[in-house]
Parts: sequence; C-alpha cells; structure tokens
Amino acid sequence: MTSDMIIAKDLKKVYGDFVAVDGINFTVKQGESFGLLGPNGAGKSTTMKMISSVSKRSSGELTILGKDPDKFGPEIRAHLGVVPQKDMLDRELKTWENLYTYGRFFGLSRKFLKPKVEELLAFAQLEEKRNDKVEELSGGMQRRLAIARGLVNEPEMLLLDEPTTGLDPQARHILWDRLFRLKEQGVTLVITTHYMDEAEQLCDRLIVMDKGKIMAEGSPAELIKKYSSKEVVEVRFGTDKNAQFADQLKKLADRIEVLPDRILVYTSHGEQTLEKISAQGMNPVTSLVRRSSLEDVFLRLTGRTLVD
Amino acid sequence: MSLVNAAVSSAVTIAEKRRGRLGQAIYAGRPQRVIERSFFALKSSTWLGVVSGFVEPVFYLLAFGLGVGQIIGNMTDGAGNPVSYTAYIAPALLATSAMNGAIYDSTWNVYFKMHFAKLYQTMLHTSLGSLDVAMGEIGWALLRGAIYAIGFMAVVTPMGVVTSWYGLLAIPAATLIAFGFASVGMAVTSYLKSLQQMNWVNFFLLPMFMFSGTFFPISLYPEPIQYVVMALPLWQGVEMIRGLMLGIIDGALFVHIAYFLLMTIAGLIFTTRRLTALFMR
Repeated sequence: MTSDMIIAKDLKKVYGDFVAVDGINFTVKQGESFGLLGPNGAGKSTTMKMISSVSKRSSGELTILGKDPDKFGPEIRAHLGVVPQKDMLDRELKTWENLYTYGRFFGLSRKFLKPKVEELLAFAQLEEKRNDKVEELSGGMQRRLAIARGLVNEPEMLLLDEPTTGLDPQARHILWDRLFRLKEQGVTLVITTHYMDEAEQLCDRLIVMDKGKIMAEGSPAELIKKYSSKEVVEVRFGTDKNAQFADQLKKLADRIEVLPDRILVYTSHGEQTLEKISAQGMNPVTSLVRRSSLEDVFLRLTGRTLVD
Repeated sequence: MSLVNAAVSSAVTIAEKRRGRLGQAIYAGRPQRVIERSFFALKSSTWLGVVSGFVEPVFYLLAFGLGVGQIIGNMTDGAGNPVSYTAYIAPALLATSAMNGAIYDSTWNVYFKMHFAKLYQTMLHTSLGSLDVAMGEIGWALLRGAIYAIGFMAVVTPMGVVTSWYGLLAIPAATLIAFGFASVGMAVTSYLKSLQQMNWVNFFLLPMFMFSGTFFPISLYPEPIQYVVMALPLWQGVEMIRGLMLGIIDGALFVHIAYFLLMTIAGLIFTTRRLTALFMR
C-alpha cells in the first residue's frame, strides 16, 4: 500500500450552479496531521465529505488509501474515522450504546467491541457517563464521544470537521490533548478549522482555502514566514481615525493592513516599530505587539479576516 | 492502546470480503446491524407509542364487531357462506394493524431520523451502504407490523373469528403487508420536506382504511369506484387475509401476494436511491 493516504487532483464539486470546490490539488501522507483552513463556505466541509466517501466528486481525481471512493465507498469507509461538524450522535441511545452500535455498523463482533468500547470510554474520559443519554452530556463530552465513536473501527485516518467549534477554552484543550495522543500513535489526522490557533497547534501541514480554491500550502511556520513578517504591531486610534494614520504607518513597516477597528503593522521588530510610532507623535489608544499567526497569512492572501 | 496495528484488519477485512460483489458501493450485507440499533433505541423509548398502534384495531373490532355487529347480523363470505360480522371485519382489521405498525415507523420515525437525528448520515459514515440502511429500517418497521399482527391474532382467535387452519397463514400474510407498506412508506417519507406534508400521509390512510372493504363489501360501490379501491394496497391486504382466515383459497390470493412483492421491491429501490441522493450528494 502506498504511504499517500489521500491524493486529490483537480478535485471539483459542483451543486447546481454553485462551485463548492474548484479544482484543488493536495496529498496527505501517512501519519501526517493535515489541516484545511479557511472561512465558512470555503469548501472545507465539502472536501471533507468527498474524502469521507459519502459525497461523489463532480470531476477530477480522488484516491483514498489507493482506492477510488466512487467504486469502493463502504470499503474505504472501513479505514476511516469520521467526526462530523455537528456531532450527529444517536440521541435515542446512551453513551455506551452509541459506541457499541456504531462499531456494529462496521460488522465488528461483540467480542471485539466489548473491550474496545471500554478502552474508548477511558480515552474520552467518559467512563462515569456510560449509562447517560447523549443530551445529559456537556458539549465537550459530546464532542469527545463523537471522536471516540470515530475511533471504534481503529481507523488509519481520522477526519475531523471543525472539532472544537462551540467549545469553551478548557474543553478545547482537553480535546487537543486527545488528538495529540492519536497523532503520537500514528493516526493520520485531517482537520478542518477556521481557528488559526487550532491549525497552528494541531497541523503539520495545511492548505488555506477560500471560495473553493487553495490559496497556499505549507506548514504553519512556512506559511507565516512566506506570507507575513515575524511580528505584528496592532494599533487602534479609534474607529474614525484609523485610516488617517495609514500613510504615515506605511513608511515604518514592511506592510500594513487597515481593518475597521485596528491597523496591523507588519515588521520584524515589533517593539522598535512601536517606539518609532510614538516618536513620530502618533498616540494609539491601544497597542499590542505579537507574533504573526495564520490569521495574518489568511488576511494577506484574501484581504479578509477568517472569522467575520 | 493499539489503534493502528493490532486489530486494524478487523473492520477492513470485513469490508474487503465483499469486494467484487454486485452492488458493493451500496450494500455491505449488514441490514441486521441497523435493526439491532433499533432494539437498543426501543429499550429506552416509551412503550405507550408502541402499544397505541396495536390497541386501535382491537378497539375497532370491539366497537364494530360486538357493537354494530349485533344490529347487522350475519354477512356472506366470498363463497356465499354466512359469517358473523365480527369474523368479517377481523381480517380487515388485522391487515390494518400490520399496516399501522409498518407505517408508523416508516413515516414519523423515519422522518425524525432523517431530518432531526441525522441518523442515516451517521450510518453512512461507516462501511454500511444505502441499501443496508434502507433494508434495516424497513425491516424494523416490518417487524413492528408483524408483532402487531401476532398480537391481534392472539386477541381475536379466542373470539372464534378464525374459521380455518389457513388462518395461521394470516400472520406471514400480515408480515408481507407490513413489508410492502414499510417499504413504500419510507420511500414516500424521503420525499416529504415538512411536518405539514407528513399529515398528507394520514389524509390518505384514513379514507383508505374506511373504504377498502374493511367494514362492508366493495360490491356496494358503483363499478368504476370498485376498480379504484381494488388498486389500493389495503384492499389487496384485506382480501388476502380475509381469504386465509375464512379458508377461501383461490387464484386471487396469488395476485395479492404478487401485488405486495412488487410494492416491496419498488419501495426498496426508491428508498435506496433516495438515501443515496439525499445523503451521499
């Protein structure tokens, strides 16, 4: 078997007149943690559905684990773990039953599943909740259950669509920790997200998508290096005044972005630049020096912020 | 934890066994696993809904058979022999009972699973195919219809309404009726987009229940209307079971059986296609 888990060539998905995914190319290698970053409507979830082999591509080539999903749907899905955006847990069933019945759908035996479900309950830290119905679980617990469910068939590749959307910071960190463990065990992860911190935390490599196309590809560090400066100074002068300082700031920086509420000044030495700004008599209401993030990459590539 | 190596073959080897078989993209040979899930769901559901569908035809039997029947006196069966009114309507109510069980699951429950619980999307993320899901859900609805039929028989047999040993065949016949209704019911439900549209199902079922030769012979209708009624599935089912319970076995029986086999197959094909169109687009 090839070490390429996914090969997409000129992959396209069209719904009626709407082009959701517009001829994208990418490869995901075994053991890699691969991200699809982009705003809502970028085509991430559609791409994910095609990888999950539950949505037929309109054109182009797609090979999952060396097979064509159009012909080998159920067979490919036996290798995959899917954690959909809306957890889609079985609300008529209890926690334990959710894991067990899902495993049964794969044709797995009782003998295999009994210990497997215990192992997954421990992994998801849900042992105490085994007899609770889904609605009695918190959002973070439900998401962990959805991930545990996706692991019941011991997949080589786990597909996670917006895994931490709607979770509080603590629940997010617990979840990231669980995903790290999977990665350490060699599970290939494919993650869609519109949170740049999540992409930076979890992904070895990612593609930045917008309007169905790939804007850039690389590791988080590579992308930041290529499309942004090392540091960013964020300054606010007040909503009406931001624009009037733009020309003056431009001379002090590699590049600036004027946003409605603030100006981003891209530079390699943030503190020095901030000193120069003050020295020139500009007095921002607030200022902040930070490292460049994928958010800046996205802004550079599309002229828009990720979360509008 | 051995997520990658030790037992990785299991789900995959199970799936790979079906390679090269006909319909491998839509069928994994495991509808029974979908039915198993329904048993789990039943355990934690309220039994009231299950029981209500069963008692309804029994109440009709008591009200009309023992009540109205006293006034009416005897009817004649297809062969011209006199039968009590209760014995006349009991087979019709058995057919209705099977229909109710099948329809309740394949319409309301399926609608809920399709649009709110997103259960079929979830199932299709596993190595199940859309034909597995269709057969499993229809199979469950069919089971419910069959159980209603058995319960109904248990209630009416001591009342002396089953006059022939062929009457035992009424149970498999009722199961076939349930299969037909479950299968078409799920196909129809897959086209419905709102709860208002779901009410159309009832709007169609109630008159069919009243006028399909359930309470009186359709020979009372003008001839053209008789043909319309004969085309309806409930009439086919009522006549099939009435023949069996009263011991009138003739060629018409095979027409009724063929009718339901056709209904079942058509429903299965449509349901599978719809599941694929809705959830694998």
